[in-house]
Amino acid sequence: MSKILIGRYLPGDSVVYKMDPRGKLIATFLFIAIIFLANNWQTYLIASLFSLVAVLATKLKLKVFWDGVKPLIWLILATSVLQLFFTSGGKVYWQWGVFVISSFGLVNAGFIFLRFVMVILISTVLTLTTMPLEIADGMEALLKPLKFIKVPVGEIALVMSIALRFVPTLMDETIKIMNAQRARGVDFNEGGLLNRAKAFIPLLIPLFINSLTTALDLATAMESRGYRGSDNRTRYRVLRWSRYDLVNLGYFVLLTLLLIIFRAA
Amino acid sequence: MAIEFKHVSYVYAPNTPLAVKSLDDVSFKLEEGHFIALIGHTGSGKSTLMQHFDALLKPTQGEITIGDLKITPETTNKGLKPLRHKVSLVFQFPESQLFEETVIKDIAFGPQNFGLSPQEAEQKAYKWLEKVGLPKEVAKQSPFDLSGGQMRRVAIAGVMACEPDVLCLDEPAAGLDPSGQKQMLQLFTDYQKQGHTVILITHNMDDVAQYADDVLVMEKGKLIKHETPRLLFKDRRWLRQHHLDEPTTGLFAQRLSGNGFQFDRVPLTLNELVMQIKANLEDHQ
Ligand SMILES: Nc1ncnc2c1ncn2[C@@H]1O[C@H](COP(=O)(O)OP(=O)(O)O)[C@@H](O)[C@H]1O
Ligand SMILES: [Mg+2]
Repeated sequence: MSKILIGRYLPGDSVVYKMDPRGKLIATFLFIAIIFLANNWQTYLIASLFSLVAVLATKLKLKVFWDGVKPLIWLILATSVLQLFFTSGGKVYWQWGVFVISSFGLVNAGFIFLRFVMVILISTVLTLTTMPLEIADGMEALLKPLKFIKVPVGEIALVMSIALRFVPTLMDETIKIMNAQRARGVDFNEGGLLNRAKAFIPLLIPLFINSLTTALDLATAMESRGYRGSDNRTRYRVLRWSRYDLVNLGYFVLLTLLLIIFRAA
Repeated sequence: MAIEFKHVSYVYAPNTPLAVKSLDDVSFKLEEGHFIALIGHTGSGKSTLMQHFDALLKPTQGEITIGDLKITPETTNKGLKPLRHKVSLVFQFPESQLFEETVIKDIAFGPQNFGLSPQEAEQKAYKWLEKVGLPKEVAKQSPFDLSGGQMRRVAIAGVMACEPDVLCLDEPAAGLDPSGQKQMLQLFTDYQKQGHTVILITHNMDDVAQYADDVLVMEKGKLIKHETPRLLFKDRRWLRQHHLDEPTTGLFAQRLSGNGFQFDRVPLTLNELVMQIKANLEDHQ
């Protein structure tokens, strides 16, 4: 269960943890964008080094990052291999029908591979070091300008926070009900496909009903406390910029500058 | 079925920064046919321990023997059905496991999984519907139309209808009204008297004193005491040290003993208390 992307937050206390979620969100999105500036080995080297620094700065075990890359490794390899076979140009090493291994292909495959891994690493840094609720708060703050075109940003953020808040609850509930039905003789991993599918009915129905009950209870609780949308609400978790965000900003500006300077014209 | 734990430890989310050691080197042996109370503060590992009786959790270290089955860290989920037939669990707030269209179908679900024909299972279901104190009229209703207390009874009936040798209950009476709590306790002791083992997680020391043959006390994942209620409730200082309550009868006797009454042993039931007060009064005359 812990492999699921959302809520993969791991507690820690390095610099990255102290950065503001808004800053981390912006940096992550921009990183994914500016990585396309890289177009030669110098710039890819720079971007890779910066990703590694970000990973190391979390002070988490490297294994947790590997866990982030692992589920996608086949997708990454497949994309790289396609790139390898279908890019032509440069010196040709091997050819068979439409399949070509050329020097351009090799280089491009390597670049695609690196780009993929970097994007995953950087977004893993974000999700590992930022609590889901902080991410939701950060999103809300960043989306605020959309209020002017009548997008209900507050409500969207509320729905998001509630959904995130209940992911672990739902997971616990799933395990609990699964165990309760196992104790009543349900076998979730024996028998044919049909039997296995059937075994999920006693799991899914209680899960749905409990979720609905929880949702209704929550709505009642919020209404009885006078919740009336998001206008002029103060907040419990206030986002504040700190000097740690300067580290984030500096890191990002430096990376952009280096990429622009060293990229092939 | 005898149950034995040998140096059992259990860790949630092992090898992650979130690892919690919830059982720490727990060893004990339970006699067949006893009423066993499992007590301890919230978070002490009671529910974790209970899920080992049914191999829903397997020890991270150590070994469990249940009847002729051994459970070790290597045990897989295959072939555990016979065990789950012999040992049943009622989880905390079991009403959340209801799912069938009708009450009677839900109660019959377990027995049918363990090999009874639909007719036999339905017969069992009607028997247990009555035993948990529900009227026959609710049999064909949807379990979701019942009150919380009634749903709890349906869920308990659904587990007891499997008629396991060992019945484990995790705070089954929590949130029921006092008379409902009494009825449920009566149901469990009756079941034990018919020759089954009952393991009850509870915070109610009166129930422990009155019904238990054996008490397991958990604290921070460790088994800190395994004793009869008589000996457990005798050591008041130890109880206070571990912030555990005393049964009402014991407290009552304690109040009286400051006023010229003498109790040679802790009264565990109302009856014992009355007898000892009587004896004291006769001595005075
Ligand atoms: N599913 C779980 N994942 C991680 N930790 C858990 C889980 N269930 C219980 N724990 C932890 O194990 C310890 C013992 O919990 P539990 O057995 O539920 O105690 P009790 O039933 O005595 O209240 C607690 O510290 C609790 O936080
Ligand atoms: Mg518990």
